[in-house]
Amino acid sequence: MSYDEWFRDDRLPHIYCAGCGNGTVINCTLSAVDQMGWTKDETVFVSGIGCSSRAPGYIVADSLHTTHGRAIAFATGIKMANPDLRVIVFTGDGDLAAIGGNHFIHACRRNIDLTVVCMNNMIYGMTGGQGSPTTPQGALSTTTPYGSAEAAFDLCGLAAAAGANYVARYTSYHVKELIRAVRTGLETPGFSFIEALVQCPTNFGRRNKFRQVMDQIEFFKSHALLVQKADRMREEGKKIPDDMIVIGELARRNRPPLGVRK
Amino acid sequence: MQGNTACAEGALAAGCRFFGGYPITPSTEIAEHMALKLPKTGGVFIQMEDEIAGIAAVIGASWTGARAMTATSGPGFSLMMENLGFAVMTETPCVVVNIQRGGPSTGQPTMAAQGDMLQCRFGSHGDYSVIALSPASVQEMYDLTAEAFNLADRFRIPVFVMADEIIGHMREKLVVPDTVTRDDRIPLQKGNLPFRAGDSLVPGFPAFGKGYGVHVTGLTHDERGYPCATSPSVHEDLVTRLVNKVESARNTIASCDVINPDAQVVFISYGAPSRAVEQVLHDIRRDDVGHLRLKVVWPFAESLLSRFANAETFIVPELNMGQIAREIERHTDRTVIPVPKLGGELHNPSDLARLLEELA
Amino acid sequence: MRTEIRFSGFGGQGIILAAVIVGRAAVMYDNKYAVQTQVYGPEARGGASMSAVIIDDEPVLFPKVTSPDIYVIMSQEGFEKYGVSVSGGAIMLVDSSLVHSRPSCRCIEIPATKEARESLGRDIVANIIMLGALVAATGVVSREAIEKAILDSVPRGTEELNLKAMKKGFELAEKVMHG
Repeated sequence: MSYDEWFRDDRLPHIYCAGCGNGTVINCTLSAVDQMGWTKDETVFVSGIGCSSRAPGYIVADSLHTTHGRAIAFATGIKMANPDLRVIVFTGDGDLAAIGGNHFIHACRRNIDLTVVCMNNMIYGMTGGQGSPTTPQGALSTTTPYGSAEAAFDLCGLAAAAGANYVARYTSYHVKELIRAVRTGLETPGFSFIEALVQCPTNFGRRNKFRQVMDQIEFFKSHALLVQKADRMREEGKKIPDDMIVIGELARRNRPPLGVRK
Repeated sequence: MQGNTACAEGALAAGCRFFGGYPITPSTEIAEHMALKLPKTGGVFIQMEDEIAGIAAVIGASWTGARAMTATSGPGFSLMMENLGFAVMTETPCVVVNIQRGGPSTGQPTMAAQGDMLQCRFGSHGDYSVIALSPASVQEMYDLTAEAFNLADRFRIPVFVMADEIIGHMREKLVVPDTVTRDDRIPLQKGNLPFRAGDSLVPGFPAFGKGYGVHVTGLTHDERGYPCATSPSVHEDLVTRLVNKVESARNTIASCDVINPDAQVVFISYGAPSRAVEQVLHDIRRDDVGHLRLKVVWPFAESLLSRFANAETFIVPELNMGQIAREIERHTDRTVIPVPKLGGELHNPSDLARLLEELA
Repeated sequence: MRTEIRFSGFGGQGIILAAVIVGRAAVMYDNKYAVQTQVYGPEARGGASMSAVIIDDEPVLFPKVTSPDIYVIMSQEGFEKYGVSVSGGAIMLVDSSLVHSRPSCRCIEIPATKEARESLGRDIVANIIMLGALVAATGVVSREAIEKAILDSVPRGTEELNLKAMKKGFELAEKVMHG
């Protein structure tokens, strides 16, 4: 099997804009699932609300497209009631970190055996480009027309601090790394969190000097800083520029997990 | 046994395998008892971070095929409203117990009320219909909770056990039946569309992990379960079916006690105030005073009113400002006298008896 | 016949447990009907606590106490809040070590907390002394029934202490009753 056999053909075409980064993340996730050899009958995809959360609707497995922010809470019920199921959550930055922030940190604390893939486009894409908790300071959105005055959330830092067993960040540029990270997440008992920064040409790029799709991908490429290098810079007392994106495995540990298949 | 404990025992007897919730007075004993018992019966108890997550986990658990429940009170019930609408839209069986306390807001955490009777019927957005049961004794906390699981499975909806602090916290004798009848959800036949319903208007249930590959969404969906949110006809057909599957069965869902059907004056009650009415009828011993005690409040079966052919007046004592009295008024041309009561205490039987004298 | 009993004291004395035990004795061992209810505030300890139990030969319809036949009062605040409205025909048992007011009805003074502390070495069983006194003074449930219900309800390892407390209650009440 390959990842494209997981798609629901009768649901295509999808709703994503041309140039959207979500498709890359969905493909990477399904490739990782496929590499694991998991079957469609044992795998469940859960999501909340937003562009990212439409992903389960395009996948031929049992899937629950839930309410805004609550995907992880629904997934917790599924996994606890039937630990034999493999449960993967697709979410976005608004869904996960704004309205769903509390469920996110508590799932990390419980270290429940879920893999959560967050497509972080730094904006509310589906509803026309409002600011989100990961909109960078100074960035423009329809609700931050003078530049966001607020600091952005470090989603991986949050997950690591709250107790997730596996935490990694990449971008839609880092396809191979992303597949590997999701796969490691799937293999890791307990809570795994993979953040994928994605371009949103329609609602983020257009307003924030990434006129072409490739402009934002180029930015991801040029501003990605491997965590090992970032650590070295910190040790050397060097300042990491604010616009750099620290990528790599940010936590990997073995806290006791909850809801693991027996 | 305490009412809340009886509720939990009824759920366990009905095969409840999952409890997800958040502690809140005066419902907490239900969660505590489930935390004690479920792990020993192969079930799962999980205390979630709030009531929103509690009902979400219950809905998730239900999609694995498990009988699942939560219990709460007013403030938590308010938080659950959005996901209860999701349960309605996705046709997810689940049981929600509300041990009602005085509201609005934090209100009276340790005092009884019936102020959420309209909220359980209309509290989530959009048109829908649900079932609400109202126990009036510790025995009914057991019996009606067990029955709630059957109704939830049969109609694939959230079913509410709308008790109150008095019934939840009082202790009285419970007779545990030898067996509890189980009427489980019918699995979807392979090959059928997951959201296409037959004459019962309730489609078969495609539990996760059984190879159905079903997509479940809170968006308006077609019979395949696929989002179809801009088609007026798909939306109209879906929502009409969701309402009608319950409303068209309201006379078979109905459950009540009828005392003195020839009476001219008839008390209508549900839950704790029924105990005050029963005391009045016991004390006055008059054939011309009747009692309709509703065990099922929603869907409201207006045919029950015609069981009292000679009724001239309906008296409706409630621990709210007349929530169900208003529903009764909608269905009858007889005089309806609401007897609202706020503050957390039951109607005093002598006050109800005085009301009867004033009517005469 | 319907008998309404109201217990009052401060949180932590076992006021609710006392009512539960009497209800249990009536239902499980005297083959009667009973309903037990309570009023409580947000405090886990302290504050005025009230519980009630109604015992009847027929099923109990109205579950709340309206005009208690028997009061068991274990704190001054409990007396002031729940005991002052007493009707003339009622009986009140007071823990005379903690309650200094006396009602207008017949009153039976039981120094329960003092006895619990001095004879039994544990304040905590004062409520069981009051239960023993209640049963000896009113016969609202049988002595056998209250003994079994106490044994059902107290923590393991404390059975002997609690039975001693119950018997102390019997004695104290008998002393008052028979002068």
